[in-house]
Amino acid sequence: MPEGKESSPAAMNRTAVERKSDRELVVTRTFNAPAHIVFEAWSKPELFKRWWVPKSAGMLLLSCDMDVRTGGAYRLVFSHPAFDQPMAFFGTYREVTPHKRIVWTNEESDQGAVTTVTFEDNAGKTLVTFHELYPTTAALEEALAGSAEGLPEQFAQLDELLAGKS
Amino acid sequence: MVQYNETGLDASFAALSDATRRGVLQQLALADASITDLAGKFHMTLTGMKKHVAVLERAALVTTEKAGRVRTCRLGVRALEEEAAWIERHRQLWSARFDALDEIVEHLKSKEKADARRKRK
Repeated sequence: MPEGKESSPAAMNRTAVERKSDRELVVTRTFNAPAHIVFEAWSKPELFKRWWVPKSAGMLLLSCDMDVRTGGAYRLVFSHPAFDQPMAFFGTYREVTPHKRIVWTNEESDQGAVTTVTFEDNAGKTLVTFHELYPTTAALEEALAGSAEGLPEQFAQLDELLAGKS
Repeated sequence: MVQYNETGLDASFAALSDATRRGVLQQLALADASITDLAGKFHMTLTGMKKHVAVLERAALVTTEKAGRVRTCRLGVRALEEEAAWIERHRQLWSARFDALDEIVEHLKSKEKADARRKRK
């Protein structure tokens, strides 16, 4: 692709994760494209499902239904070799402001977070801020520890060892 | 660098597999507390809380110190490492996810530019 030469400098590609408070987790990243493009990749299911599940996570997205408008619902179903049954993640879009902001609930548990993602356009680049607000501190702890908890111990240990190596 | 030996990992994951024990760690992250304080906060008997703290202590997630009749608990070295590891694991997931999004965004951008050029002709 000829536009490949324009790919963003390394510093811009940093993904930052911050535990903003006892109940909030924030992930930020700047993309080298205007907000309407990043919004499109986030809000169209056929595009969304191509990036939301990283190959390294070992999960398979079985289905992806997203009605991205205020009051609309979503439902994502995943499978993982370590689980007998597929897992469903679902909720409602509380607010959808095109090219600017999406707010959704996570209703698979009563301790689910409310997620807000904002798209801030700045001179053709877009700062994406992914913000999760959990109802309690324990719920955030649970979510953070989740990757270790849901998997068999050896998977979690391997994960930890690899994280320690990098 | 591998920081943990396997025994440490086993103890660590076993200790962290319980919601109350994770709650205790969270509480200690805010302030040191006595076993009595913790038992009260988590609506638990003294004996029950002592057991949880003992599990955390074996995993080096908590250290305790007795002064008179009060045993004070504070975060152990490994608790701080675990917290950093959780955040790092989360960062790796998001990094991989956003790398994939980046590729799609670049592709859409090229496509939009190509379309705009076509229209100008």
